Amino acid sequence: MNIFVQMWRSLFRTGVTDSPVHRVFRVVVNFILHLHPARVSKDGIKITYTFCLGGLSVLFFIMTALTGGLLMIYYTPDVDKAYANMLDLENVIPFGMFLRNLHRFAAHAMVISVSLHMLRVFLTASYKSPREFNWVIGTGLLLMTFLLSFTGYLLPWDQLSYWAVTVGTTMAENSPIVGAKGPFSVLGPEEDMRFILLGGTSIDQPTLIRFYFAHCIGLPGALVGLMAMHFWRVRKAGGISRPL
Amino acid sequence: MNDKTELKERLRLLTVIREEALLRQRDIYPREEKVDTWPNLVVKELIALLIFTIVLVVWALVQDAPLEELANPGLTPREAKAPWYFVGLQELLVYFDPWMAGVVLPTIILVGLALIPYLDPDPIKGVGRYAIGKRKFAAFCFIFGFTMWFALVAVGQYFRGPGWTFYLPWESWETPKEIEVSLTNFPMVAGIAFLACYYILGLSIPAVAFQNFFWRLGLIRYNITMILLMTMMLVPVKILLRQVLHIQYIVKTPWFNI
Repeated sequence: MNIFVQMWRSLFRTGVTDSPVHRVFRVVVNFILHLHPARVSKDGIKITYTFCLGGLSVLFFIMTALTGGLLMIYYTPDVDKAYANMLDLENVIPFGMFLRNLHRFAAHAMVISVSLHMLRVFLTASYKSPREFNWVIGTGLLLMTFLLSFTGYLLPWDQLSYWAVTVGTTMAENSPIVGAKGPFSVLGPEEDMRFILLGGTSIDQPTLIRFYFAHCIGLPGALVGLMAMHFWRVRKAGGISRPL
Repeated sequence: MNDKTELKERLRLLTVIREEALLRQRDIYPREEKVDTWPNLVVKELIALLIFTIVLVVWALVQDAPLEELANPGLTPREAKAPWYFVGLQELLVYFDPWMAGVVLPTIILVGLALIPYLDPDPIKGVGRYAIGKRKFAAFCFIFGFTMWFALVAVGQYFRGPGWTFYLPWESWETPKEIEVSLTNFPMVAGIAFLACYYILGLSIPAVAFQNFFWRLGLIRYNITMILLMTMMLVPVKILLRQVLHIQYIVKTPWFNI
């Protein structure tokens, strides 16, 4: 066999033969495809049923994760450097602006696709037994998506991020009981919810490093964990919902 | 028991289980028709992946992510807006105090969403198809809330200028706007009475008018559902009170305002 043909074929462990057995085998032994069952319900793969929204949410997450990882190379979570890093990305680093654009727009797309996915699951009553708790995990994923977007908003350290996060954390300050300015507050401004979020009484270096950690490690980790449970439960419930 | 009898017993057991399993299979999944994941599903996924990758790459090439001046705590911009997906909550600040708009309502939304599967009393109706006609109440609640969230986002994002004043998208922010007419509050007792009536009537009238609905849900499910629904409806109620009757707070106390 030609060496190049041999190299090419070695990529595909199941060979090129097409037969019912090979089709099943191809899905079962493939690292990525084995997330799927070998055979799926015919109703479930209609485009007009799912509109691919769950899969697209994953796609957008992968895009943000890949671009985000590359952005981390050029970014320092330091209030004196972060903004300069943004300017470098824009003006100096090849494709730096493209990376940042793709990261931001994929995040927007993810917020939209996750919301629409939830709408689709609701309208097809797919949250009903035995999938109740998977819907609950889904609301957790929705929250993670929002929090990821929100924490990422601060990182460029420009006026837009600073004041958007000011708006957000002012809300925390006004939480009932646990916020210093909220109704029935029991905690002072140096121990309340806002203080915990900001790592101080104003948005500064401790805030940036907290948001950076949450954005790059804490929340993505939680999201990936919840995603794994979400997909596992889809499989264990017998695949996605279908007409009963 | 000799070997032969034991084998017989075991076979009988197998038969029984098999029959039951078959029955269950037929009852629950009557019309299941399966196809191979490869290539039927995989091809569709690949196409969706390619289309949306291209869309995003093109988007990222033609438009740039915004970057303003360096963060400056001393300089409040003319409009400080939350990220677009939270602008709906910021828009609610017009109608509610921050503890309601920013903390209590979002918490209720999340908890309410998570509770949906446990509040829906019907285990099978509409599963697997877009049959909202069969689930009018459920569909109404969800679509109403979903639409309201994005309507508030749209208003906050495109209709609010400096100082969160209402501007049409094509209006210049330099056009001076009349200052809003002075707002009044309900007297405390009247306000508390209003809110109490709002929830008590909102919970009791449907229970009497739609008794089937009430009994189908049971007391606990019914009350949670209706409290969530009435709280969601409090948003448009408050918007109307504010815009039409110029009322700022329904209940104003020294500790909190609603």
